[in-house]
Amino acid sequence: MKRSRQENLLEKWLLPLVAVAVLLAVWHYSVLMTGTRVFPSPLSVWRGILELLHKHVLWADISDSLRRVVIGFAAATVVGVPLGLCLGWFPSLHQVVNPVLELLRPISPIAWIPVSIIFFGIGDPAAIFLIFLGSVFPIVVAAASGVSSVPPLFRRAGRNFGLTNAQLLRRVIFPAALPQILIGLRISLGIAWLVVVAAEMIAVDSGLGYLVIDSRNSGKRYDLVVAAMLIIGIIGLVLDSVFRLVERIRSVRWGFRHAA
Amino acid sequence: MALPGIAIPDQAAAPKLQVTNLGVVFQGNDKTIAALDNINLEISDGEFVCLVGPSGCGKSTLLNAMGGFLSPTSGSVSIDGELVSGPDSRRILVFQEHGVFPWLTVEGNIGFGLAKLSRSERAQRIAHYVELVQLQGFERSYPSDLSGGMKQRLQVARALAVNPDVLFLDEPFGALDSITRVMMRGELLRIWQAERRTILCVTHDIDEAVQLADRVVVLSSRPARIQNVLTIDIPHPRNISSPRYLTLRDELLKMIGLAYEI
Amino acid sequence: MRFPVWLRPVLFILALLALWEIAIDLHPGQLMPGPVAAFAAIGELLQHGLLLKHVVASLFRVTWGFLLACVTAIPLGLVLGWYRRGERAFNPLVQLFRPISPLAWIPIAILWFGIGDLSSIFLIFVGSFFPLLVTAISAVHNIPEVYINAGRNFGLSSVDFFVRVIYPAVVPQLLVGMRITLGIAWLVVVAAEMIAVNSGLGFLIVDARNAGNRYDLVVAGMIVIGVIGLLLDLGMRALERVKSFQWTNQEN
Repeated sequence: MKRSRQENLLEKWLLPLVAVAVLLAVWHYSVLMTGTRVFPSPLSVWRGILELLHKHVLWADISDSLRRVVIGFAAATVVGVPLGLCLGWFPSLHQVVNPVLELLRPISPIAWIPVSIIFFGIGDPAAIFLIFLGSVFPIVVAAASGVSSVPPLFRRAGRNFGLTNAQLLRRVIFPAALPQILIGLRISLGIAWLVVVAAEMIAVDSGLGYLVIDSRNSGKRYDLVVAAMLIIGIIGLVLDSVFRLVERIRSVRWGFRHAA
Repeated sequence: MALPGIAIPDQAAAPKLQVTNLGVVFQGNDKTIAALDNINLEISDGEFVCLVGPSGCGKSTLLNAMGGFLSPTSGSVSIDGELVSGPDSRRILVFQEHGVFPWLTVEGNIGFGLAKLSRSERAQRIAHYVELVQLQGFERSYPSDLSGGMKQRLQVARALAVNPDVLFLDEPFGALDSITRVMMRGELLRIWQAERRTILCVTHDIDEAVQLADRVVVLSSRPARIQNVLTIDIPHPRNISSPRYLTLRDELLKMIGLAYEI
Repeated sequence: MRFPVWLRPVLFILALLALWEIAIDLHPGQLMPGPVAAFAAIGELLQHGLLLKHVVASLFRVTWGFLLACVTAIPLGLVLGWYRRGERAFNPLVQLFRPISPLAWIPIAILWFGIGDLSSIFLIFVGSFFPLLVTAISAVHNIPEVYINAGRNFGLSSVDFFVRVIYPAVVPQLLVGMRITLGIAWLVVVAAEMIAVNSGLGFLIVDARNAGNRYDLVVAGMIVIGVIGLLLDLGMRALERVKSFQWTNQEN
């Protein structure tokens, strides 16, 4: 039987708060009990977050990371969605190209760092290229499977109304595949956020990933390491939530009704 | 469990299943929906009762309450005088479709509720019910290899195998095509006559009700109340073109409020 | 086209390799090797037994990290998925930890486990844990109500119910999630090896570049990574086709 609204509110806010409190308590006391000097307690992480917030370096790092993600992800979308639509539309092309994609996909974007340095040197373009590589494959796969899972009935209905191929693609196939494409985009955005941090730890000297590795290397400031990790988590969560809002827009929502 | 104000004639004829003042109200986020209102019903041992009513009236809710899947807001359900308080293998629900477990074979499905039996007893029981529902040769097949009718027979076999007191069928043949449905009615009657279980069957098919049931209970639209009860006093096998059959069928249609001169 | 179907992708790959070789030949003096040089490098690695050593090192780490994540995240996810209050309590934390790149855990991994196998196993564990947890939770949510009701009907104990209804009902979805997560683990191990250890395919790449700009070895390493990743994926797909796991595909 369904619960009443009050109970819902209580569960929605109270339970997570309890879970977080328990986690913080366990963390705090294990730091106390092990007597570690290096691993920070929740309190010193909190101070670390405040310290970072007061320094404008953090904001520069955040905007560097976000800029790389946005450009890399946008490039991956611009390339990946049309490519995926084509592959879904022409199954024989898909057969030919797919093995290449499957072969390239499991190569960690990070493994491309040496190659990207040849092409782009050290700096933003290299990092953006890595993000592009990390997010383009899931987008292609999602768009292709989105198109190929459009019921044939829709195509026939479209043809019935005398649509040309281009019209069919634009007015029937694309909207029908859109929910799946959006899910693919959201997953890719998550991957892009994972990749940017990893790339920044190796290939550049700014951004949140660099903040993590730099805090460790220059003076073992583990409080700042954990603080930076939490900030990474929060921004990733915000990115995901924003994208979920897009999925909820009415005109694209039909595909999510079952999931909701 | 005798309740004040309800006369129970004598112990020998005590009802198998007794529903007393049953009411169910659903509490939504911003509205409450009354699904069942003051249902009183007695079903005797070995009886076959059909429930009919407009779609969405709460027939399934009634079955779920009787099966113990949801606790009633008011009133009670008891079987052999014992209060129903939760799902239990003494009352088995047969669902409309996809109720068989796709990860188990035919044997595995029939044996699902028989974990407590010894290996040989279980094998014997499974063999008996495979034969009863005529799935011989399919013992090791998965449900995906069976037709819709076979899946429903399998569900009935799985239900009967645990020796339930009462069998609840929730539109068991609703998803089947009409020819298969007619055949399944015959099958169900044959099984019922062979095993003599108490059966309560929700259906939206008038012919199904008149062909199968000893009694047909007609429910009103939501909140469901018992509107009428029609006793079908024709012995099996029933001749569906006999005058008596047609009269009862018309009577049922009238009770539901359908014009039969179309 | 006149070519048999299976030949077309092969021809496509050959054409791409030819284009790559031509592009390199047109610009001599580049660090970037052509395919011929890259495959020669694979041969060289094979000869010295280095390839096997690095592949085994990487697979060893992936296996342990992934298995550890499976045995912790899947049971936990199933329980959280079933007891919705548990999920409500932990969901925000999971969502917070999930977008943190496993590589960002490197400082902590080194602090706890030093430099070596344990560190990278920990990173793979972290990278696989959250995707598996989320898969298991949503797999439980997606069990059709009718199976749950049918199972409750037979009066099973909670343990029996879990083993005989919940678990078989989620297996197909879990397998898909495990395949995707194994792919992630393979991405992470290579990245982790570039920082935290001195063996494995990731180390091979970084080392080849740093010690003398041997880009032929870099590309050779990348090709091997791609091939092994593909094989892992195919292996998991084969598992999904095992008869008694396969019921979802048949049903639809």
